[in-house]
Amino acid sequence: MSVDLKQVSKIYGSLTAVDAIDLDVQDGEVLCLLGPSGCGKTTTLRLVAGLETANGGDINIGDKRVNDLAARDRNVAMSFQFYALYPSLSVAKNLAFPLHAERLSRSEIDAKVAETSRVLQLDSILDRLPGQLAEGEKQRVAVGRSIIRDPTCFLFDEPLSRLDVQLREEMRGEIKEVLQGLSKPTVIVTHDQLEALTMADRIAVMRDGRIEQVDTPHNVFSQPANLFVAGFIGTPQMNLLPATFQQALSSGSATGGLGEFVVTGNQVVQLPLNSDAAALKPGTKVTLGVRPRNLQLQSEGDAGTLSMKVDLIEPMGAETLAHLRDDHNEMRVVIDWRTPIDEGESVHVRFMPGSTHIFADDEQLVTTL
Amino acid sequence: MAKQREIGKAGWGRSLFAGIVGLIYFFPVLWIILTAFKTRTDALEIPPKFLFSPTLDNFRSVFFRASISSDSSQATNFILYFFNSIFIAGTAVLLALIIGTLAAYAFSRHPLKGNDTYLFIILTTRMMPPIVVIIPIFLMFRLTGLAGSYWGIILLYTAFNIPFSVWLVKSFFDELNPEIEDAARMDGASDWRVFFGTCIPQIVAGLAATFVFGLILTWNEFLFALLLTGVETRTVPVAMARTLGGEVGVDYGLLAAIVTLFLIPIFFVTFLLQNQLLRGVTFGTVKK
Repeated sequence: MSVDLKQVSKIYGSLTAVDAIDLDVQDGEVLCLLGPSGCGKTTTLRLVAGLETANGGDINIGDKRVNDLAARDRNVAMSFQFYALYPSLSVAKNLAFPLHAERLSRSEIDAKVAETSRVLQLDSILDRLPGQLAEGEKQRVAVGRSIIRDPTCFLFDEPLSRLDVQLREEMRGEIKEVLQGLSKPTVIVTHDQLEALTMADRIAVMRDGRIEQVDTPHNVFSQPANLFVAGFIGTPQMNLLPATFQQALSSGSATGGLGEFVVTGNQVVQLPLNSDAAALKPGTKVTLGVRPRNLQLQSEGDAGTLSMKVDLIEPMGAETLAHLRDDHNEMRVVIDWRTPIDEGESVHVRFMPGSTHIFADDEQLVTTL
Repeated sequence: MAKQREIGKAGWGRSLFAGIVGLIYFFPVLWIILTAFKTRTDALEIPPKFLFSPTLDNFRSVFFRASISSDSSQATNFILYFFNSIFIAGTAVLLALIIGTLAAYAFSRHPLKGNDTYLFIILTTRMMPPIVVIIPIFLMFRLTGLAGSYWGIILLYTAFNIPFSVWLVKSFFDELNPEIEDAARMDGASDWRVFFGTCIPQIVAGLAATFVFGLILTWNEFLFALLLTGVETRTVPVAMARTLGGEVGVDYGLLAAIVTLFLIPIFFVTFLLQNQLLRGVTFGTVKK
């Protein structure tokens, strides 16, 4: 089984919630739809579920086009943000609910409920009503209800958003484990990048109804396809500095030489070029993107550094987040907590090799230096 | 989760104040109930007596009227009237609730173009005073032979209760979390199962409240009952009015006894549903 979306769109009046997206989820793969509120990720999920009708494109589950199938005929399991447990039914009956549609016998239902409650440790609360459960228990019941039958695929809408931090970490591991045991195509909607990075095999980053990038968590993080993904993924946020490529200092060989970039405010920084960067025309406007953990502070400036003043220091435990600024730009640097640093101090920032992303004027990634 | 309320935590002062206000509200009812147990002379005493030797004579004469001409007492039709009141009001309110609930679900979940206009139109039927429509309805009922029949008055009361039911029940449906219905659909439930298996159980309290409010309104209705019920289908309020014109002036004790008996079914239903009622009237005011 696989889930396959081709040019799928959803339009509400004048609003295009989902704009001709292509997406495929393989058997056993966990795909996270990640994006800010209102980017169309939940709508995409509901389109797959059959709770919304697509205005265009094909939604295939397995070899079957399911656009015209009602939600209840798609045999898709979905878990909802607010759990959507049936308030008047006990936990056991909540778990059994999806089985009634499959016309199983009483004993088969009982056996499946027992099996599922064992896997998710729900035995002690089977007779309770949803209103009497703690948040984490509700979440487990919701997961149990979706895995109790044998659906074609699994959909999760913000599965952990209602849990507190500690429980969230626990459940994240638990859900990941359960999903690995199921080996079905799974789509998880989340706005929490940590959730996506930890649980997904691949992440689809969405914005304004479009998919900006689909790749493995590592690649989305280390090779963001454009400025939006670069700014959205990773905490603290990536530093994005508007700059102009001035010139290559030594003629561009394959290994490249040095290149000069003028960062707004006329600070010049030299970075080692690769062939893609060396092909830039002098005067090209670019954005330099570098993560706060890929910057180094040094006390002496040279051609490869920017001079900044320390504006604010935020201790984060093992690390310290330092906010730097000059007259035109702000940067954030993460340093070891032992590094001595004071607010108001002048520092010089070096870009660590292999971590500077260059985005062109159209916001797309050109190359990484 | 709701904290268990501590009984009497409000303190003596507030409890006493609430008690006094409650007594003021309850006083007319109390007076009527007391009067029902008084002899004719006690009943007319001013200032009213609160200490008297109670009698059940008034209750006896609700069902058996002593005859002046002979020693034997004559049975009245009040048993029938009580049955009529219960049957007519109960059936009409239940029918209105069923129809209203189905309509409310449709209005809430499958809105039409101009949904609000339709809802408004439904409500307009309750905007004029009933007396305005009494003549056309009377004529129509005469023409169709519905006048004096059970089904005639039940039909009318059902129609009267539907707007109220639709509006109230729709507000309950609107408050529900739509995710639960989506979940049921994903779990393979048919539309009927979504409706009966997941929606209805969630609004039982609201339905109970709607039922009781409708019942109280219908139970006390007088004008239409007076004109559209016959000898066989007469309801208690109408029968009560007819006892006023007795041979020997107004018998307040008898009247009070009828009212007291008339209160019992409503008391009973309200008492039975009181937990649901509390939840029903506060529906949606508490954050989910």
